[in-house]
Amino acid sequence: MSDHLAHVADTTTTEPRTAGSRDNRLSGALVMALRVLLCLVFGLPLVFMIVSSFKPDTQIFADLASWSAFLPVGDVSLANYTGLMDRVPFVTFMVNSVFISVCTVVLGLLVNSMAAFALSRIEFRGQKVVLGIVLATLIVPFETMALPLLWWVNTIPYFDGSQGWLDTYAVQIIPFLANAFSIYLFYQYFDSIPKELDEAATVDGAGWFRIYRSIVMPLSGPAVATVAILTFLPAWNSYLWPLMVVQSESLRPVMVGIDYFKQATGSSGTAWGQIMAYATMITVPVLALFIGFQRAFINSIASSGVKG
Amino acid sequence: MLKRTARLLATTFVAASLTLSVTACSKGGATSTQAASGGTQTLTLWTHNAGNKGELAAIQSVVDDYNASQTAYKVDLQAFPQDSYNQSVVAAAAAKKLPCILDIDQPNVANWAWAGYLAPIEGMDDILSKYLPSTVAKWNGKTYAYGYYDVSLTWVTRESILKKYGIRVPTIDQPWTGEEFASALAKVKASGDFTYPADLATGWTGEWWPYGYSPFLQSFGGDLINRTDFSSAEGVLNGDAAVKWGEWFQGLAKDGMISKKSSADPTADFINGKTAFLWNGSWTAVPVREKVKDVVFAPPVDFGDGPKVGGGSWTWGYSTGCASPEGALDYLKFAAQDKYVAKVAKDTNNIPTTDAAAAMVPGFEPGGENDVFRQYSKKFTVMRPETPGYPFLATAFTKGAQDILNGADVKKTLDQMVADIDDNQKANNFFQQ
Repeated sequence: MSDHLAHVADTTTTEPRTAGSRDNRLSGALVMALRVLLCLVFGLPLVFMIVSSFKPDTQIFADLASWSAFLPVGDVSLANYTGLMDRVPFVTFMVNSVFISVCTVVLGLLVNSMAAFALSRIEFRGQKVVLGIVLATLIVPFETMALPLLWWVNTIPYFDGSQGWLDTYAVQIIPFLANAFSIYLFYQYFDSIPKELDEAATVDGAGWFRIYRSIVMPLSGPAVATVAILTFLPAWNSYLWPLMVVQSESLRPVMVGIDYFKQATGSSGTAWGQIMAYATMITVPVLALFIGFQRAFINSIASSGVKG
Repeated sequence: MLKRTARLLATTFVAASLTLSVTACSKGGATSTQAASGGTQTLTLWTHNAGNKGELAAIQSVVDDYNASQTAYKVDLQAFPQDSYNQSVVAAAAAKKLPCILDIDQPNVANWAWAGYLAPIEGMDDILSKYLPSTVAKWNGKTYAYGYYDVSLTWVTRESILKKYGIRVPTIDQPWTGEEFASALAKVKASGDFTYPADLATGWTGEWWPYGYSPFLQSFGGDLINRTDFSSAEGVLNGDAAVKWGEWFQGLAKDGMISKKSSADPTADFINGKTAFLWNGSWTAVPVREKVKDVVFAPPVDFGDGPKVGGGSWTWGYSTGCASPEGALDYLKFAAQDKYVAKVAKDTNNIPTTDAAAAMVPGFEPGGENDVFRQYSKKFTVMRPETPGYPFLATAFTKGAQDILNGADVKKTLDQMVADIDDNQKANNFFQQ
């Protein structure tokens, strides 16, 4: 409050302003203008998506030439939402995506943190070489591994003894548990935790797993949050892999559902309004999650050293 | 509060997980349904119609009728979204998990047959002789697939526009000539009444470019490849006729007659009055008729070698991996009946492949409002080259045509397209089996 009063007093003074304060105000205004511009650049596509989800296709395109594209004007209704439910088994896809994403995050946290713990804490021959190999895999894009991975998951036996993992939940989860970037993040964070804590615990009779579970992991909250978010997003957005390995509609995730609205031929054409409605329905939960945990996310990124 | 929310989320997830975990370790039905069960052989059928309610329901009704008609086989339908259907099929082929029966976009049939995905259909020559030739997919002298319907390209415009600018209403026997069309575009352009006089749907990607624009090239007298032996594009894709086509195509954009990249929905733009002439498929008839009462579906323009439209749409065949080829053929024969052709064509508003079926579909009967598309298809169709190299041809043509539209040197670009296509042919040993 006192700062506010001081500011008011300052702005109402009759003394001539210095060139420095004018410069500060100008740069402040420029920074604010830049912020507003960035908000518009990043926010308007989302506004367009949400607003268009309430409009019929012809109106979406008619409005494109003006700011009406970003306003809920004209023939606004929930028809696209009711229409999409008729076209796509939305609930099934949503439940599948939540299940796959959460399993990938939870199991991924376990696998990657354990791998990083071993690399950071347990001394063994070739430790640095293993870390180097893990890091080297970061430069291989998924698209180049997709076909070999397909061959692999189609060749190995499944839990029930049959050959291949195609058309299962497991094939959408297990190949993505071990992640080099996550291992590196955990490794980096674990390295910053004093090793004296391990030694003290060892003196008290704790084994490696106890040290991992009771000392290192409880101190690694920011790293866990970062890895959780960075694992969740690609799992949620997964598109190419499910196309290749899942044939049953009952096992498909939400992203594949987008294709249900695009028909190259036929009287239905591409249902743009329904695509926007579907995109809104699959984006809003993630957006709400992000906004809800915004502070924790930013804190975790800042403290775990992931900066772009 | 945050902890309570987290606990609630965790509880919900655990409950959902318990439910899902019952099925988490079990497999979906798609790839394991070709085993015999109780004397009935199950045949998996894949279709590209997920999300396309009308066509999916029609195909499902054919399957239901077949399953009810006999007990030896049970066909199990799996629907995939069209936009990613080819990736799913190619991935399944790589994993040797192709379904028994599948639908195939006609231009891909030769390539998939050459790659060993498809088996030839035998014993259906009599039935398929009644089909439009463009709906029977052949390669190397064998039939690999047949389709229920075809689509046709058409110029969409309004009678009021033609009247206002003094443009002749074209007919199937007397389509516009190249000069007439150029004059029509110029008149509309001079009026300033439209954002662009014409829309060629240049914002669409993929196979639309060769499907939509190679008929122009063929009408000028060029082609995508020399069809005598399908081994080279030299002379047909970079000859004088092709250069004329390229200059005309580039000129449309240069003179402001079309947009270099039209919107994602050119039909909506036409309906909204942004364009006067729309180059599109017969599939656009239903949405346009709903909004435009004086619509005219004009035949393709004759640029010298006759009006041309592309041929072929979705077709049905069976895979080499099918455990029961006799069952697949039995289904394909059953499904080829006129009543099913009529049903699928009716539910998709596409051109029925047989005369008998056309008579059953309102609008496609002789003289019906959609009969014009059937006549265009019968009279003007040029099949996309039936060669395994077509997917590469399509990609090379798309890239070259986009470069030309964006101002690249026409002759050099066409020469480069020919070089790329010929290299691909050689690299694949001219797709010899």
